[in-house]
Amino acid sequence: MTKTPLFTGGVSRRGVLKGASALGGAALLGPMGARMARAQPTQGGVLRIGQAHGSTTDSLDPGSWENDFMILQAHTRNNFLTEIMPDGTLRPEIAESWEASADAAEWVFTIRSGVQYHSGRTVTAEDVIASINHHRGEDSTSAAKPIVEGITEMRADGMNVIFTLESGNADFPFIMSDYHLPILPSTDGAIDPMTTDGCGPYRLDDLEFGVSATYSRHDGYWKDNAAYFDGVEQIAIHDAAARQNALISGQVDYIDTVDLNTVHLMQRAPGINVLSITGSQHYGLPMDTREAPFSDNNVRQALKYAIDRQQLVDTILNGYGSVGNDHPISPGQRFFNTELEQKTFDPDRSRYYLQQAGLDSLDVDIHLADAAFAGAIDAGVLYSETAAQAGINLNVVREPNDGYWSNVWMQKPFCGTYWGGRPTEDWMFATAYSEGAAWNESYWSNERFNELLIEARAELNEDLRREMYFEMQDLVANDGGTIIPMFAAYVGAYSDALAHNDQIASNWRNDGHRISERWWFA
Amino acid sequence: MSHIWKMVFKRLGLGFLTLFIVSLLIFLATELLPGDFAQEFLGQSATPETVAAIRRQLGLDLPMHIRYIQWLAGVLHGDFGTSLANHRPVIDLIGGRLGNTLFLALYAAAIAVPLSLMLGILAALFRNSFFDRFVNASALTSISFPEFFVAYILIFWLAGMGGMFPSMANFRGDPNFLDMLYRTFLPAITLTLVVTAHMMRMTRAAIINLLASPYIEMARLKGMTPMRVIVRHALPNALAPIINVIALNLAYLITGVVVVEVVFVYPGLGQLMVDSVAARDMPVVQAVALIFAAAYVLLNLTADVLATLSNPRLVHRR
Amino acid sequence: MGPLIVLLWAVAVIAACLVAGWLFRTVAIVATPHTIKRELRTAPLTASFGMLVIVIYIFVAIFAPLIAPFPEREIVGPEYMPWDHIHLLGTDNLGRDMLSRLIFGARNTVGIAFVTTALAFLIGAILGLLAATVGGWLDQILSRVVDVLMAIPALIFSLLLLTIFGTSIPTLILVIAVIDSTRVFRLARSVALNIVVMDYIEAAKLRGEGLWRLITREILPNALAPLVAEFGLRFCFVFLAISALSFLGLGLQPPMADWGSMVKENATLISFGDITPLLPAGAIALLTVSVNFVVDWQLHRASGLKE
Repeated sequence: MTKTPLFTGGVSRRGVLKGASALGGAALLGPMGARMARAQPTQGGVLRIGQAHGSTTDSLDPGSWENDFMILQAHTRNNFLTEIMPDGTLRPEIAESWEASADAAEWVFTIRSGVQYHSGRTVTAEDVIASINHHRGEDSTSAAKPIVEGITEMRADGMNVIFTLESGNADFPFIMSDYHLPILPSTDGAIDPMTTDGCGPYRLDDLEFGVSATYSRHDGYWKDNAAYFDGVEQIAIHDAAARQNALISGQVDYIDTVDLNTVHLMQRAPGINVLSITGSQHYGLPMDTREAPFSDNNVRQALKYAIDRQQLVDTILNGYGSVGNDHPISPGQRFFNTELEQKTFDPDRSRYYLQQAGLDSLDVDIHLADAAFAGAIDAGVLYSETAAQAGINLNVVREPNDGYWSNVWMQKPFCGTYWGGRPTEDWMFATAYSEGAAWNESYWSNERFNELLIEARAELNEDLRREMYFEMQDLVANDGGTIIPMFAAYVGAYSDALAHNDQIASNWRNDGHRISERWWFA
Repeated sequence: MSHIWKMVFKRLGLGFLTLFIVSLLIFLATELLPGDFAQEFLGQSATPETVAAIRRQLGLDLPMHIRYIQWLAGVLHGDFGTSLANHRPVIDLIGGRLGNTLFLALYAAAIAVPLSLMLGILAALFRNSFFDRFVNASALTSISFPEFFVAYILIFWLAGMGGMFPSMANFRGDPNFLDMLYRTFLPAITLTLVVTAHMMRMTRAAIINLLASPYIEMARLKGMTPMRVIVRHALPNALAPIINVIALNLAYLITGVVVVEVVFVYPGLGQLMVDSVAARDMPVVQAVALIFAAAYVLLNLTADVLATLSNPRLVHRR
Repeated sequence: MGPLIVLLWAVAVIAACLVAGWLFRTVAIVATPHTIKRELRTAPLTASFGMLVIVIYIFVAIFAPLIAPFPEREIVGPEYMPWDHIHLLGTDNLGRDMLSRLIFGARNTVGIAFVTTALAFLIGAILGLLAATVGGWLDQILSRVVDVLMAIPALIFSLLLLTIFGTSIPTLILVIAVIDSTRVFRLARSVALNIVVMDYIEAAKLRGEGLWRLITREILPNALAPLVAEFGLRFCFVFLAISALSFLGLGLQPPMADWGSMVKENATLISFGDITPLLPAGAIALLTVSVNFVVDWQLHRASGLKE
């Protein structure tokens, strides 16, 4: 069962109206309204981006995009129905506006007219349907299949696209901003997933998977005051030292990932700025709650109090991040629980919970690889040191990076994971914590939580909604199966020659992966 | 000489057998790896349904032996198939990278082989002198550093801020030959440092091993200069092990340099192989493995032919 | 630092090493029984220094828990502490004492490297000599098997095998030893081939000497020199193999310290001129140079050259 519960909630009439007006309000600000320019951006130059990811086995098929190289490519070449702004609000992109039915089960998106592809064709409503359809259906191999599964029908009506959902969902426009869902040209109701065409700010000139991609500006781009570079180059530089050297010696202008071991030295290099954005990216250690000893919440609590979160933030993240509280909602989000007690390293409490579980000591293996998150093995080593003080013998098993996500994650009872986070509380909880979700890593099943999730999706009263999300965070933190010790910042670096807006998006790396259209050369 | 030709043909035949067994071994090993293409391709986003759909569409749900036979049949018809991941023909994916790999290997070999022969001969000539010890100690020090570390040090010295050489060795923008040599200078020097010690020490050891032989004594007694004794009398008889080690190192330069490729962002075959193994992209893995194996077989054959030619007793072996 | 000062330092260090070597040889000659004494007298200063280093490494490896000021895995302070009188070499990326890690690293690294190399030579040399002596179908089969194994790049092959079989220490040793033994096999076989066609081997065969005796008494002694030279290098290649594997995300289980992985963990610091990663790399280099100095001495003795 992989059906995502995103669309299963009932949404009341008032909730939709309110949600729609709030979203509509963001839309009314206009394309540039939310942006506060620090200096007058100038046109010109070629932006060279060094990236830590990118594989020779990447593919142009949007359903396969999973690493930062391809996701940045997606936002450089393409546009989406909606766009998440640096401040976290949603605004229309290829859609000009949207409107929901009273029960939020039917959504009408009006497509912006006159938007041109690089090939010269114009974006149509049929293109939008074909682009989404690519991820649906029995034969879909798309990673985005679970998030569009709730759509039961799509039809075009002039420049309108009407989506019918299985059940109401107030967050539907947010989902349309997902990086798997670019708008691509279609013929006979189907897109060619291998096309290099797009309607985004830059035309793709050349792409060698795992090596580099080059772009030139799309002169017919519809947005004003965007896409200031004449061209963009993406270069995959996997090695941390090579990446830093490339920036310091001026072979690239921006690198998307900095080795946290040496970030303090990087900061001292002249002409280099370190960019640290804390958002919803978090690292976790999921336990399989179906299996002993993790099936006992006392054991889970004991393990949660045996980890020194501050030490992990200081050492593994070198201070570039913040401590987590075993739930995936970040302090910047709307319904972050401010009243929840922050867990700290407390060996006595850990021992207390062990006793509650009827144990004197505990022996567990934790299976980690740096594929789970950068520094995972070191984090495990640090954790085992503090756990020992609580009478827990935590044995770190180093797993190969190769095959980690298929062989260890969600297979071994105690392992590591990372999440880029999701723009809404509902999306995050539904993806990884609700019962039956494909990526419920801890196989956690809490009746109260599952009820609240559906209820909150439908609730329109902000205060009541806040209360519900507060309780859900409490449940995830104190009953859930995932230890979330830290929120990791996105740490990149760029040369003095580059300039950006005051606010930088925190939903993804690289200014929401839209650096190509948001930044400029000073 | 017909003896040599017979040997070459026999060895080429055996070479094809080797390639066949290598392809079988690699196929089996990749099958044994945890996870298949569908799971690795989707990674953290995999769901049972999408994994099943991928397997169905690419024929991965067929039994193992059928997939291997299909692949083999294709290769025998000259068709290496397309990448499972991005549906590009394997030949296209490999083409440019093979050129890059050979270019760097030849570049490094052109520096390393003459250098190590020369140093080896000189070290044998001045054995146990300060020069000998110094050359030995430096060569040994350079190979005791891991490749990536040698690369980092070279980058720090020669490519850092305002450095003389680029730390990224790519061929974007169609450089001319000199420019290519310039851009790949650092990786070539790194590889030179990595392989020189091995060849140099074998040259030295093989020569010294012969110096006590009666015929060398004889040559020396006739009043030949030590240099002449080594080059004219010792070296030809010491060639077999030296050629052997050179062939091994050349094969290494073609097949084993993935770490150097990663550090210098050089698009060669090693990176392609590692990525494809990680993604379980079988057609690509197989094709690269075959290229590596063929390179090894050919170099090996050349080494054996040369070694045989260098020793008349082997040519006329009963 | 000007080049002159660097040169002066280098000269001073070399001189100190040679003096240490001389002292060691003098003490060793006094302390050992007669037969060994005579051999030791022929050792040049470089070889003496090499032996001194090897003895120190073995001592450190055996008595690591007694010598190391802190435990191998304990976090004793913040990460990357500078050198001071408590933490002589500072702390590593997790705040563990660098000197202690280096000392424990000697145990793991040297132990693993020695066992692996010895195993590789046992397998490779025996089979190689056998193949060359017996010839015929045995030679054909063994050579073809080795050809196949060698035709797969070592690093990628070990990556495959270790991913399949896991990275416990015995598997690590076995995988690297088997892959290395193919190289030894080739060398042993090719050297022995040249010896097998010598007249004295023909004579021994005519005398009716058994196969085992032929190999150990007649062929091995004459093939020993290149094999010994190879041993010195293969030994060092094992460190490098482990280091390269840890570069690709495989290697020893944490929190065990080994020099190869320690270089990897701290390597990026070198880009900023920080010499921390030079410590484990230097430890490997010193041992490699020392082992090979001793090997050179033995090589020289084996060659029978008198000068």
